[in-house]
Amino acid sequence: MEIKSLERKGEYEWEIPKTGAMNVPGKIFASRRLIEEMDEKVREQITNVACLPGIQKASLAMPDAHWGYGFPIGGVGAFDPEEGGVICMGGIGFDISCGVRTLRTGLSLEEVKPRIEELAEALFRKVPAGLGSKGKLHLSMSEIDEVLRGGAVWAVEQGYGYEEDLEYIEERGRMEGARPENVSHMAKKRQLHEVGTLGSGNHYLEVQYVSEVYDAEAARAYGIEKDSVVISVHCGSRALGHQIGMDYIKELYKAAKKYGIPIKDRELACAPINSPEGEKYFSAVAAGINCALANRQVIAHLVRQVFQEVMPEAEVEMLYDISHNTCKVEEHLVDGERKTLYVHRKGSTRALGPGRKEIPRAYRDVGQPVLIGGTMGTCSFILRGTSEGLEKAFGSACHGAGRAKSRRQAKRVFRGERIIRELRQRGIIIKAHSYAGVAEEAPGAYKDVVEVVDAVHNASLAKKVVKLKPLACIKG
Amino acid sequence: MNYETFDHEADIGVRGYGRTLEEAFENAARAMFSVMVDLEKVRPVKKFQVVAEAPDVETLLVEWLNQLLAIADLEGYLFSDFRVRISKDGTRLEGYALGEPVDRERHEISVEVKGATYSMLEVGKEDGRYKAQCVVDV
Repeated sequence: MEIKSLERKGEYEWEIPKTGAMNVPGKIFASRRLIEEMDEKVREQITNVACLPGIQKASLAMPDAHWGYGFPIGGVGAFDPEEGGVICMGGIGFDISCGVRTLRTGLSLEEVKPRIEELAEALFRKVPAGLGSKGKLHLSMSEIDEVLRGGAVWAVEQGYGYEEDLEYIEERGRMEGARPENVSHMAKKRQLHEVGTLGSGNHYLEVQYVSEVYDAEAARAYGIEKDSVVISVHCGSRALGHQIGMDYIKELYKAAKKYGIPIKDRELACAPINSPEGEKYFSAVAAGINCALANRQVIAHLVRQVFQEVMPEAEVEMLYDISHNTCKVEEHLVDGERKTLYVHRKGSTRALGPGRKEIPRAYRDVGQPVLIGGTMGTCSFILRGTSEGLEKAFGSACHGAGRAKSRRQAKRVFRGERIIRELRQRGIIIKAHSYAGVAEEAPGAYKDVVEVVDAVHNASLAKKVVKLKPLACIKG
Repeated sequence: MNYETFDHEADIGVRGYGRTLEEAFENAARAMFSVMVDLEKVRPVKKFQVVAEAPDVETLLVEWLNQLLAIADLEGYLFSDFRVRISKDGTRLEGYALGEPVDRERHEISVEVKGATYSMLEVGKEDGRYKAQCVVDV
């Protein structure tokens, strides 16, 4: 991105000045180097989002921002329904409520290391992943409606996990306002056999350990310390979320025309939050969110079963479950006024600062855990939300490393077998259903997650708590 | 080659060419399934009908590709051969796809395409032949 066209507002804050049809300025949180590497398309997309009605403060982009659909990936936009604010398909994305769940195991690196081969193999066998994989659950159409209404609460009621897990999931495991009748038959049908499956692409399940502690107090609150072993799962709402996106992009495109909302891009299809079309879409998104929460709850249960078989001494507990493709109703201060906003986070993780009621009681004093996945073979991070982040970015942070090489480039440059071999030499086991998939997801295909997370930390959007290193990674 | 893929920062683009609009649509579908699998490995053993409607020919391409993905996902199939007929005004399509059930050993799948998008969506004539393209989400 051409840096000259930006106004520097701080070491890690850059502004796209408000011009033309923009209702608010654009703002990017990143280091100079990350900005220089960003695609020009990111600026265009931030600007387009800034033109949407009812947007508050600024159209935001996180340090991992890259070219997305309508919104940039790493984009955040908060809209006020009282000011004609919209709900926008591009601000949520296709994989609704894609996110990360991290589980504590109560085990240490020393205990897990000798058993890691066995553990990785058992996880690979147990958790369905990859194209064409079906889950262990085979639901009827009426059961899928219950999933969409109940989310992780439904899963717990079915015996997948425990009541106490729910406290550590956003929305306490169940998004209010979900209306399965607003989700198409096709969307539900595609999900009947996919609850509890990982999917493919950049989704994964990793066995990780805490390699570095930056904030001992917060780490203690989150129940981890140096060398603690955790499991992280990255996946979303599978085919159902996608189908909702595909179905509603058409409806919202029509709605935008009907309400006279000028949109610069098909994928910015939107409707006023306070309109029948907007309300209907929100209720479908809520159903999609519940689908993802149920999905990760079932996968967590499968992980528990594996530990029960392989290392029964483990105590697998929830650390947290966070989504990074969502629209959530939240209260925020805008120019000193408390407002109820619809915060879109497309490839951005919620990062609420201390004291917020949404945060589980045990973490409320330190801030919400912000789970950031790296790429296989590199590292991941847990950060904590801050008050500054609430003020600057509606409590939002990055979601991962962000791609640096396209999938085609990655496939040309990397070989799956070789990457698996090299990582093994470094003590990381990769279990994958597809070599080509591994090549596309090679660590070298992504930006340096450390640089992205440092930018988030330095901009005070969220603060680093621990670094996680992988021991084993299961891929689709 | 009458179909190809092209670069997009996070995902991948698919493009089909043809002497007719129909051929371009068929080849765009080939391009899309070639992202997942080597098409030579997919035998055309079973036929699935597809009917799609859209307000314009660009949206029709997205509909066509997404219906193919939905059928593939529901039936557990991969497709390698396609035939379509498109109405004169470019708003209605009828056709079919040929393929076989996913065989994870033999097919060596690289990645799952989750949806066709409106990004870089183009349908039209270029240098005397038809072109149909869009970015697919993986």
